[in-house]
Amino acid sequence: MTIGYLGFAGAVAAGLLLAGGALAASTLDTVKGRGKVICAASTGTVGFGAPDDKGYWRGLDVETCRAVAVAIFNDRDKAEFVPLSGQQRIPALQTGEIDILPRTLTWTLQRDANGINFTTPNYYEFTGFMVPKSLGVTRVQDMKGAAVCVQTGSTTEVVVADISTEHKLGLKTVVFDSIEATKQALFSGRCDALITDAAALASTRATQAKNPDDYIIFPATPYMDALTPAVRHGDDQWKDIVNWSFQALIAAELFGITQANVDDKLKSPDPRVKRFLGVEPGNGKALGLDDRFAYNIVKQLGNYGEMFERNLGRGSPLKLERGPNALYSQGGLMFPLAFQ
Amino acid sequence: MLSSLWDNQRLRSWAGQILLLALFGATIWWLADNTLTNLAVRSIRVGFDFLWRQANFPISESIVAYDPSDTFFRAYLAGIGNTLLISAVVIVLATLLGLVVGLGRRSRHPLVAGFAGAFVTLMRNVPLIVQLLFWYALLTTALPPPRQAWQPLPGAFLSLRGLYLPGVEVDGHGWLFCLGAVAGAVLWWRGAARVERRFDLTAPRVAALLAAAYAGWLVLLWLGCGIGLRPSLPRLAGFNFEGGLRLSPEFTALTIGLVIYTSAFIGEIIRGGVDAVARGQWEAGRAVGLSDRQTLFHIVIPQALRIIIPPLTTQYLSTVKNSTLAVAVGFPELGLVVGTVINQTGQAIENVLALLLVFLTISTSVSLLMNWYNARVALVSR
Repeated sequence: MTIGYLGFAGAVAAGLLLAGGALAASTLDTVKGRGKVICAASTGTVGFGAPDDKGYWRGLDVETCRAVAVAIFNDRDKAEFVPLSGQQRIPALQTGEIDILPRTLTWTLQRDANGINFTTPNYYEFTGFMVPKSLGVTRVQDMKGAAVCVQTGSTTEVVVADISTEHKLGLKTVVFDSIEATKQALFSGRCDALITDAAALASTRATQAKNPDDYIIFPATPYMDALTPAVRHGDDQWKDIVNWSFQALIAAELFGITQANVDDKLKSPDPRVKRFLGVEPGNGKALGLDDRFAYNIVKQLGNYGEMFERNLGRGSPLKLERGPNALYSQGGLMFPLAFQ
Repeated sequence: MLSSLWDNQRLRSWAGQILLLALFGATIWWLADNTLTNLAVRSIRVGFDFLWRQANFPISESIVAYDPSDTFFRAYLAGIGNTLLISAVVIVLATLLGLVVGLGRRSRHPLVAGFAGAFVTLMRNVPLIVQLLFWYALLTTALPPPRQAWQPLPGAFLSLRGLYLPGVEVDGHGWLFCLGAVAGAVLWWRGAARVERRFDLTAPRVAALLAAAYAGWLVLLWLGCGIGLRPSLPRLAGFNFEGGLRLSPEFTALTIGLVIYTSAFIGEIIRGGVDAVARGQWEAGRAVGLSDRQTLFHIVIPQALRIIIPPLTTQYLSTVKNSTLAVAVGFPELGLVVGTVINQTGQAIENVLALLLVFLTISTSVSLLMNWYNARVALVSR
């Protein structure tokens, strides 16, 4: 809502006006003192961040944040989620309202250069169009003159303008502030197409279309985006913690460590697994965490593969393939770094 | 000695004011310094350089020509143009409808009075945002898709994508032409007043000469600005209609919603103003043989205006500001555009500041204009 975001922008300005010296303490100390991590969440994208029917936050982005909560507190529920629109999320991070921004945020140069730092991509993604099948459109070139609904506060606004220019399509964009209004405009027929991340489209189609089979999704560009949790500039320790908490999830998958077998793996003779699980100490302490932080993460959340299947894959209504989000060893882009 | 200084009332009040000013200045300085430090610590860019960078994002409709390859500054102009357009359209239409509603409330006819009363109660008590969403939902669900558009008149099409009407395409510097035409009219008006003092303006020859001079000026402008006109008819091309005049569902929903909401308030202001004119005025009008309608428009309303204008000004100012609720229905007025600019540039402070300044300028202009008008209609005691 307009009042919401203008008010919010005002609050941000006020935050920057008044906040003095709040940055002196490290984010880790602030979080420990507060007793919980505060993360941005989507305003309702099933699969990435949305509360379930009991009000418990679920999704890939949400669990990326929970991994940090486990790393620090050994408790996945010591995380609080603030639903923020595309507009609000970056200023909220810059002003210290939230500690981490894991919210389908595309890693771009302009954002990186302007007050935030990106950690490790937790999802690789195409921007896609969702179109009613009845229009008979299957690729970008067919879309000449189409009306396209876009949510403001995303990179897709620029993508849609680029596509329109590149293929001389004359796309008519209709821009909304809330994702709900944007989706509604597609379903009512105001727009011919909805453009956003393909997985978010799959989520919309699976959970909100009257008949999901009536819509098709196809890539809008040949270029992939890296959706990446971000942190504020100026606190390297915190960036490392967020980075390695996510690394633990993909490394566990590479090592074949799952939520079910993590206790058995403690007895593994493999020195890399020993270092990873903290049987051989040193890794956690270097980050300012418990030496068993990676063990705790896998124990409470499973590995990245389990997280993916639960939220976006076979165990979810979205039924997405791993695709580029598989481990490099399976032909994907997920590449764990060395835990040593 | 000191006590005499302390007792000096004039000195004391001066000292107090200087202290207050110093405190105010120090607070501003502290806030600015704090902000700049904080921005630097967070390595956030500062400044208005971004205005000259390419904007890259689309704006769905705009009366100022805009393309994603234009600058952020141009995007601002497009947003301001849309805000001014919607504000002007709504103020004019809401005033007319408000007059009808206000007079309807005073009608002796119970059905008319009752309907107007119900209208005012309903529209004043339902939040504007709800009304906007209602109209938008109505326009985007009740109407047929473009391929089955209604054709109420030949060449006019009504569908989910809006109302398309036959129009005219203008080449050349249309803006310059309009500006020149208005400037010419003002000069002509001024000149006519001066000429009138010397000659008899009602003399057909003088009037014809002046009219011919203005017509000549228009022709010069027309040629000078390279104006060319082409008829443009809407036709279905692929997904949507192309060509012609277009009223988008976003603009229409916003206009309907704002006009209806605002007219309920304006109606009450007008009713109150008319009621406040003493009954004796009506009786006096009747006594000199005027009809009720003549009395209303020639005697009562001119007197009511000086009661109506100040609250009406407030209402107009609210309307300009209410136009920012357009984000809910996707009409790209300045608020929505600035929201996007903030996201693309990440520079919230500069953009919010610019937004404040623009709205302050628009509101101050409206209020100055209304004050000028108020001074004109105010009771002059001689």
